[in-house]
Amino acid sequence: METTSVVELAIANLLSPPVLAFALGLLAVAVKSDLRLPEPVYQAISIYLLLGIGIKGGVALRDSSLQEIWLPIAVTLLLGVLIPLGAYVISWWFTRLDAINRGALAAHYGSTSLVTFTAALVFIESSGQFAEGYLVTLLAILEVPGIIVGLLLASRARKGGIAWGESLQEVLSGKSIVLLVGGLAIGVASGSAGFASIEPFFGGLFTGVLTLFLLELGIVAGRRLPDVKRTGWGLVAFGTLFPLLAGFAGVAGGLFAGLSVGGAALLGVLSASSSYIAAPTAVRLALPEASPGIYLTASLGITFPFNLIAGIPLYYWYAETLGGLIGWN
Amino acid sequence: MELTSRTVVTIVAESALESRLVADLSAAGVPGYTVTPAHGAGVRGQREGDIQGGNIRIETVLPHDTALGILAMLQDKYFSHYACVAWLSQASVVRGEHF
Repeated sequence: METTSVVELAIANLLSPPVLAFALGLLAVAVKSDLRLPEPVYQAISIYLLLGIGIKGGVALRDSSLQEIWLPIAVTLLLGVLIPLGAYVISWWFTRLDAINRGALAAHYGSTSLVTFTAALVFIESSGQFAEGYLVTLLAILEVPGIIVGLLLASRARKGGIAWGESLQEVLSGKSIVLLVGGLAIGVASGSAGFASIEPFFGGLFTGVLTLFLLELGIVAGRRLPDVKRTGWGLVAFGTLFPLLAGFAGVAGGLFAGLSVGGAALLGVLSASSSYIAAPTAVRLALPEASPGIYLTASLGITFPFNLIAGIPLYYWYAETLGGLIGWN
Repeated sequence: MELTSRTVVTIVAESALESRLVADLSAAGVPGYTVTPAHGAGVRGQREGDIQGGNIRIETVLPHDTALGILAMLQDKYFSHYACVAWLSQASVVRGEHF
């Protein structure tokens, strides 16, 4: 396979409708437009994306053997523990935040972002590359451990401990896990014959709906941008440099586990992305002292746009280059 | 028509707290309540129905003493760290035994 230049990849990503819609959302905030997706529509779309990606992953999972997926799963679990530990330590170098706020950051960066993953999946599919379908299983697996490790790190600094039951209940019964795991089960049970009957809705329309969702997320992220100025450059540096490192770890781990270039790139995206749906609620309940102005701003205002615009093609380039070096393909 | 005097407790809080607040209200002996989605602005900053889930508004009609107990509980557990405000107002109800 011929290696594509990182600039070509970046341009292809930037000119894709979902990323352009995200930019339009940012622009709408800049010109003080009152554009918003209505809240119930936003909720419905996020359910559609979670269930759709779960079902598609399940259909692919049905065709994979346990032998093929146990190593990627083990690597993902390891990443789920190492990335939040890394975030906890490295955020200290950049921000000098206290342990509770760094634990909150670790919970967010250890967990993962469905939308970044979905955008990366669309990017890889539209450039005609292959990625293993069971990456969605890895997405569901990577959602949880990061949050637990982040809360554990913060709990050492917190008097009075942590409401573990309530926070874990929130994560495990939250819509992300219920829909992803439920969708996987539906996909495995129904297989590709079953999927054919819902393909027009969950397949053909998928990228279009993602585009609509990213428009709204552009608006939400744009509204966070003024907070970025308040939180300082240390957090900006952390929110962009840490994903580069975590993304590299994910890509390297993915290639080690035997994933294709596209699959390793996606594991890189999963590792580099930070949560802004499951983690904020769990952190808010468990660590009330941690400031949402820090963790949500870093996750949603800095890292999410960075990954969407620059990170996705970069992690793909990592995978191609590193895969080429070790002669994988 | 016989009217009974009761106190309305109105709580506006970030929506992540809903199940926790409802559990605490039930534990304090609140027989019924109404939850509605809310958005607006306050001292902690503007809040809308964004990714954090926005705010909720909980209202419940109670005897005055129970209402004061609720305020004390909120003061103790919520006000210092969470976006949460509450106020009391007077109401007249028929069927006082319901509240």
